[in-house]
Amino acid sequence: MANAITEEAVQKTVYEALPQFGVDEGDITREATFEDLDVDSLDLAELSQIIEDEYGVALKGDDVGKIKTVGDAIDLVIQKGS
Amino acid sequence: MSRPENAVALVTGASKGIGSAIAKSLAADGWAVAVNYRSDEAGANAAVKAIEEAGGTAKAIHADVTSGDGKALLKQIEDDLGGPVLALVNNAGVARDNIVLQLTDEDWDVVIGTNLTPAFRLTRDALRPMIKARYGRVINIASVVGPRANAGQSNYAAAKAGLIGMTKTIAAEVARRGVTVNAVAPGFIATDMTADLATDEIVKAIPARRQGTPEEVAAAVRFLASDDAGYVTGTTLYVDGGMSA
Ligand SMILES: NC(=O)c1ccc[n+]([C@@H]2O[C@H](COP(=O)([O-])OP(=O)(O)OC[C@H]3O[C@@H](n4cnc5c(N)ncnc54)[C@H](OP(=O)(O)O)[C@@H]3O)[C@@H](O)[C@H]2O)c1
Repeated sequence: MANAITEEAVQKTVYEALPQFGVDEGDITREATFEDLDVDSLDLAELSQIIEDEYGVALKGDDVGKIKTVGDAIDLVIQKGS
Repeated sequence: MSRPENAVALVTGASKGIGSAIAKSLAADGWAVAVNYRSDEAGANAAVKAIEEAGGTAKAIHADVTSGDGKALLKQIEDDLGGPVLALVNNAGVARDNIVLQLTDEDWDVVIGTNLTPAFRLTRDALRPMIKARYGRVINIASVVGPRANAGQSNYAAAKAGLIGMTKTIAAEVARRGVTVNAVAPGFIATDMTADLATDEIVKAIPARRQGTPEEVAAAVRFLASDDAGYVTGTTLYVDGGMSA
């Protein structure tokens, strides 16, 4: 069952996922860019899968290609899910 | 990292020949094996029976790799065998030989559509659970034909060379997640596919002076699927009696 999409829930999912890709927890903020966090395209593809498994929202390559910051990713999920 | 306990291996086209030998070999190494077949149900059931009699776990899975939903197939296998597919052996293959001047569009499409495209689709879909598990093995059964010429097989050569190119690039993309992607390139192996060929003539050109067996190809696959091969990725292992040397 897909979980309800709230900003708080999505933020928690994203914040918990990023350390799996080697990101320091302390560096994660909404404004942080994936470039600065050293999160690459494979990491973003995996993050998309985690989001899809959890919320049933499929993020396409085109959409994911445009996001720059952690906040962008959270906003995209909320936008796609509503 | 070692193989998760409930890991399942899917071998496409495992009802006979090389695929059947691979299924048995992986089962002997402790993998639960999904024995895929298209038309030869009896062959698939015989492979399953042999595996079970040897103390292994296997199930025959009907699917035509050229059609249908890979994700649904992987889900069905996970449900049936009790774990995610963490080894995928893209073995299903056909040949439709003819000199290029006489090769039809259909001959081309069938060979590319069976030997190459399904390997891409299934690999893409199977990588999901593999990346999640931080463990995976993808093994594509290519051929010595592709890297080298064989008159009458331009469609087959294109598909097999395509598999090798795809293997290298996907290997580079996912290596950081503990997933390896390799190819095995058999030479001239005694199976139904080669039954009508002039064995004596061909064997003269093989340094080992004999045909290979499906079991010899399976041994290479078994190694690449094992924990011992965790640092081997993006490569092609030739099992060809020296044909490509
Ligand atoms: N034999 C050789 O010398 C040699 C050399 C180099 C590479 N290879 C490669 O090794 C692989 C196995 O060859 P083989 O010699 O063992 O051939 P084979 O004895 O003719 O067996 C082919 C297998 O592929 C399956 N298959 C074909 N189309 C399929 C489809 N659309 N969906 C699912 N399964 C399908 C068949 O299933 P059903 O019988 O159930 O229909 C059968 O199990 C092939 O990729 C081949 O190109 C073989």
